[in-house]
Amino acid sequence: MLWIKKHLLLFAAMGTLAFLLVPNLVVALFSFNKPRGRYNYEWNEFSADAWLNPCGSPGICEALGLSLRVGITASVVATILGTLVAFALGRHRFRGRSTTNLLIFMPMATPEVVMGSSLLTLFVMAGLPSGALNITIAHIMFCLSFVVVAVKARVSSLDPRLEEAAADLGANAFQTFLRVTLPLAAPGILAGALLAFSLSFDDYIITNFNASPSSITFPMYVWGAAQRGTPVEIFVIGTVMFLTALLIVVIGHLFSMRRERRA
Amino acid sequence: MANMSATVGGAVAPSRKARRNWVPYALLLPGLLWLAVFYAAPMFTLGSQSVQEGNVYDGYVVTGNVGVYPEAVSEYWPHLLRSVGYAATATIVGLVLAYPLAYYMAQKAGRWKNILLILVIAPFFTSFLIRTLAWRIILSDGGIVSDVAEATGFMALLNLLDLSNGATLLNSRFAVMAGLTYNFLPFMILPLFATLDRLDPRLMEAARDLYASGWQTFRHVIWPLSLPGVVAGTLLTFIPAAGDYINSRLLGNTNTVMIGQVIDSLFLRVLDYPKAAALSFVLLLMIVTLVGIYVRKAGTEELV
Repeated sequence: MLWIKKHLLLFAAMGTLAFLLVPNLVVALFSFNKPRGRYNYEWNEFSADAWLNPCGSPGICEALGLSLRVGITASVVATILGTLVAFALGRHRFRGRSTTNLLIFMPMATPEVVMGSSLLTLFVMAGLPSGALNITIAHIMFCLSFVVVAVKARVSSLDPRLEEAAADLGANAFQTFLRVTLPLAAPGILAGALLAFSLSFDDYIITNFNASPSSITFPMYVWGAAQRGTPVEIFVIGTVMFLTALLIVVIGHLFSMRRERRA
Repeated sequence: MANMSATVGGAVAPSRKARRNWVPYALLLPGLLWLAVFYAAPMFTLGSQSVQEGNVYDGYVVTGNVGVYPEAVSEYWPHLLRSVGYAATATIVGLVLAYPLAYYMAQKAGRWKNILLILVIAPFFTSFLIRTLAWRIILSDGGIVSDVAEATGFMALLNLLDLSNGATLLNSRFAVMAGLTYNFLPFMILPLFATLDRLDPRLMEAARDLYASGWQTFRHVIWPLSLPGVVAGTLLTFIPAAGDYINSRLLGNTNTVMIGQVIDSLFLRVLDYPKAAALSFVLLLMIVTLVGIYVRKAGTEELV
């Protein structure tokens, strides 16, 4: 009993971690299920069929492809726009700074259903038909603020003396930026880009308001499938996503550790 | 809260020559233009849409009919209250679950810190919807969780609190709130971790040297210093949870319909654009008001 009390914090922490991870394990387990009927909610029999043919369910890989295209475009554009804003906020004092901060904060404080529906009214009034373009525009909009926050945190913690040193050594402003500032800010920019991609790839609510029947993203496919039955292929893709994310985060971590050791 | 303002406003390079003052504006322009056109402008079209009359087929005309607001609120106030209630529950339970993990990661984990952090972030990068479907499996009848809930009397407790759906855990209020708590938990853990990670361990040692008990140390040292993280985590959990309807749709029943689901259906199925737009605004107003009160009470205006 005393032993439990002594390690209460550890137990509470591990309990929460388990709560976070168990659904991922369930997804991995049920990707090997051979479901009875259309719904993959009950364990029936082991089968690797879905792993051998992850595109087997009609439309699933088209949806995945659209999500990847939208996710890549949105994260690249949002990262460029957001990084510029983050440099302005992190490195300069200027009139209108707090207004800018507020405008950056607002999209993060607005529920998705409000952003999605307001964009729908804008596109309807502008006469722009729903589809992949609208989805991409919307994703850039809501990813931007998160990129700004991620990059700004990194940029404002940079030591200004490093740039001064570069200038003292005869580098011009452009060289200093390219050879000193940008590499130092890179981890923040990369983190912002990854976050933007995952937010875009995962969004259902805003996307659903601005999609057309010919622009079904992966979350929309999953949503639709959940109403009619859940193909096992969804769980395979979920497992692959989890493992990919794990791999990317681990590689990123090892990379930053090596960097710190060298520095 | 001094450390908060120090990090938020800190390390701004001293302004150089006045002639280079156009630089920040040039950097801001593309990003802010995007937000002006695709965030701010839609809020105006939404507002305009809410005071229009007509229908999808014949078109809409702005008539300034503000009567749609009281009409929408009186029709859907149970959904509005339910959304706030579920989101508040998910936030409070999330805080209780997140705090020990965030504290352990920040102060006790040592070389395991980064591995734990990876394990917290990784699920966040995998599909929200698929993980919510996994909850259907976990909570389903005949599963381990529902057997344990039955055996330990937890089910009886849920029945007593009117949170269950008669005999099952799935398709109930409990399932929706559990799903909301789960899905937004990383948004609580990460800001908490960020503030607790900056906490100097010597402060806790000093408290112990002055004979503070574990609880007293938490109450008077750790908790006050972690408030910026608590405030950030609360906002990041409550706001999306109040607007969410994925959990209530996939894990709930007809008695757990949240306001987002109503707005979605009015816009995309009923095609009653003015009422849907009005409800969107009411939801936004409610959240902004609640967040405003909370931030004022918590006393960290630096956040915004």
